[in-house]
Amino acid sequence: MSVKIDNLQIYYTTLRGEVKAVDGVTFSIGDGEIMGLAGESGCGKSTLGNGLIYLEGRMRHAGGHVTLDGKELPIGDAKAMEQHRLRSVSIIPQYAMSALNPTRKIGRMTADLLKSRGVDYKSVLEEFRRRVALVGLPADVLERYPFELSGGMRQRATMVISTLLNPSLLIGDEVTSALDVSTQRAVGEMFMEFRDRGYVKSTIVITHDLSILAQIADTILIMYAGKLAEKADAQTIVNNPLHPYTQQLLASLPEVGLRYDEAPLVGIPGRPPSLLDPPKGCRFRDRCPVAFEQCTAEPPFVELHPGHQVACWKAIQDAQSFNEEPAAQGAGR
Amino acid sequence: MSMLEIDKVSKVYKTGTFGGDVMLALRGVSFDIGQGEVVSLIGQSGSGKSTLGKILLRLLEPSGGVVRFDGRDITSWSKHQRRDYYRYVQGVFQDPFSSYNPLYKADRVFEMVRGVYYPSSSRAEWEAKLEDALESVSLNPADVLNKFPHQLSGGQQQRLLIARALLLEVKLLIADEIISMLDASTRVDVLNLLVDLKKKGLGVLFITHDLSLGNYISDRTVILRYGATVEMGETHKVFGNPQHPYTKSLLTAVPQLHKKWESNGALVTTGPLARSGATAQFEADPILAEADADPRRYSRSAIHPRQQARAEASDGPKLSLMDRRDVPWHQRFGVRGPDYAAVIAANPPPVMVECEPGHFVAQSA
Ligand SMILES: Nc1ncnc2c1ncn2[C@@H]1O[C@H](COP(=O)(O)OP(=O)(O)OP(=O)(O)O)[C@@H](O)[C@H]1O
Ligand SMILES: Nc1ncnc2c1ncn2[C@@H]1O[C@H](COP(=O)(O)OP(=O)(O)O)[C@@H](O)[C@H]1O
Ligand code: SF4
Ligand SMILES: [Mg+2]
Ligand SMILES: [Mg+2]
Repeated sequence: MSVKIDNLQIYYTTLRGEVKAVDGVTFSIGDGEIMGLAGESGCGKSTLGNGLIYLEGRMRHAGGHVTLDGKELPIGDAKAMEQHRLRSVSIIPQYAMSALNPTRKIGRMTADLLKSRGVDYKSVLEEFRRRVALVGLPADVLERYPFELSGGMRQRATMVISTLLNPSLLIGDEVTSALDVSTQRAVGEMFMEFRDRGYVKSTIVITHDLSILAQIADTILIMYAGKLAEKADAQTIVNNPLHPYTQQLLASLPEVGLRYDEAPLVGIPGRPPSLLDPPKGCRFRDRCPVAFEQCTAEPPFVELHPGHQVACWKAIQDAQSFNEEPAAQGAGR
Repeated sequence: MSMLEIDKVSKVYKTGTFGGDVMLALRGVSFDIGQGEVVSLIGQSGSGKSTLGKILLRLLEPSGGVVRFDGRDITSWSKHQRRDYYRYVQGVFQDPFSSYNPLYKADRVFEMVRGVYYPSSSRAEWEAKLEDALESVSLNPADVLNKFPHQLSGGQQQRLLIARALLLEVKLLIADEIISMLDASTRVDVLNLLVDLKKKGLGVLFITHDLSLGNYISDRTVILRYGATVEMGETHKVFGNPQHPYTKSLLTAVPQLHKKWESNGALVTTGPLARSGATAQFEADPILAEADADPRRYSRSAIHPRQQARAEASDGPKLSLMDRRDVPWHQRFGVRGPDYAAVIAANPPPVMVECEPGHFVAQSA
């Protein structure tokens, strides 16, 4: 397991109190695994992704551990993290497109970035050029300013730059969301290619486009209101989700060819709880069609089937009754 | 007469790319949007969608052609009449972050609306109105008010901007990728909200990369490529019976939950990253191919890129509401532009033919 996250908590300090954006999450990502991360807007995906790289001013590592390649990643210690960024963990942030410094050419910007990590640009230039060509960017992008590139080209460029030092973990936050379908496909396939070539070991792809995850992700992790809801391999999440939130999320996707006047889609009624002072128990309870008494306690995130973890009392109950029946007839204890 | 008429609109950008080129970002685009009509605008990144959106919002001047709103050329609204224009026509942009001034709290965008358009409303009236608008985009006021933009998630920023547009009596909404930052269920809420508003007469230009959402909501669809229309018409005809090879290729690239990309056949002949061999190279990558084949770049004698960069830098954060690239270059450099009219005339868009009633396709050259 190259990435292990254990009961991680990342809070934002605000005047009104702490926003518990990532509130005790535990999961791991294997070598070569591309893990999709999806969930309601505002549920803490970017916080989780950013938190593994850089805690900005108001972000606080409130608890838990991150282990990368068997060693603790000191996410709460900005100084100690410096040597890990880009080398062992790397992120393409949600606003990569606008984040690129407009006054620096791509090559120059990369050189600056590497220098800040103590790496000599010249020593990686050849590999940089090779990868630029590999992803289909013209050789002269190094001489161009970010604003001279199309959105798709910019995403490819950021992806090449952020993986140049072969990090163990790459995080892409909404990398494909502003792209047209064919560029999405090209960028999506880049994630697989980079993994296959060993440029990165594990990958987290944050996106709202579940259909893209169905194409490129090995596993999908669904978050809800700062907690984990469900994790399983991509096909299982898509075909056989167990958490009611995942089920309803998938049900709100339009099928190709549907129109509002023929078959109106319905979202999930209600809103997620505020993360300032989240309620006890299951955070999906107010919106859950199958909630019952037990749901006032917090459901544990448990493995109900091999490789399939869920945090839901109903799912736990169903799995138990399923397991108990045949067992009752079998070997009597 | 339609509410909005886009009449042979062209746009030429000056770019520093190859030492001062000219980019013809839009080539004679024409279509209209009626009251209560949703028109989807679809095309590859760089095809000119946002450019058109910005022209409609008067953030950019067209280099050729006219846009009329209620029969009136939109450039004829004088500076202080702009306010009236924006009462009716509002936009929400692709990258929500760039629409905020990072130095101010995000809800300042609402206060600005109040100051300009509802100066006499009481605090209570205003708050009720605001709460409604937030409610309709599934936002919890406590989560979003009184926060700085960077303290909001991407989807929250996006929804605040939609809510702001709803505070006005908008007749036309320019929605540039407004749902890409939202999860599936919030997308549905926002789409259904647009459907409700459409039934009350709102016209929407719905710029999207998501063809199934475009299909779900729009009455008509316009497909843009290299700045020109290649196919347009009633949505069910364009999607149900696509004629142009480009439209067809877009439809095969749509990611689907239950079907792998490969099974749709290679969109790109060798695959975006050729799958085998260490010397893999893009061959027929759409974007790369496009960069070469793109008919819109013209060499022009130069502005030195460094000069351009300096200008970029000095524009600084003042222009946070606008893309800094959009400052007309003669303003930035104090020089007059090249002969735009000649560039436009030399590159006419393909001719559109009606292949069935209400369905137009570009004639291949
Ligand atoms: N700097 C901050 N200070 C206070 N609260 C914050 C800050 N950044 C984010 N938040 C809050 O933390 C929560 C999680 O935000 P995050 O950006 O992680 O969401 P997300 O899942 O990435 O959403 P989206 O899909 O919309 O991008 C949100 O409620 C957001 O308002
Ligand atoms: N201010 C600008 N200066 C120069 N080129 C620009 C500017 N804005 C956009 N472009 C170029 O014009 C083309 C169309 O851009 P845009 O309208 O943003 O496309 P889309 O929204 O369809 O992705 C692209 O090639 C882009 O690089
Ligand atoms: S734990 Fe209870 S409320 Fe939560 S999702 Fe499961 S059934 Fe619904
Ligand atoms: Mg986010
Ligand atoms: Mg755009």
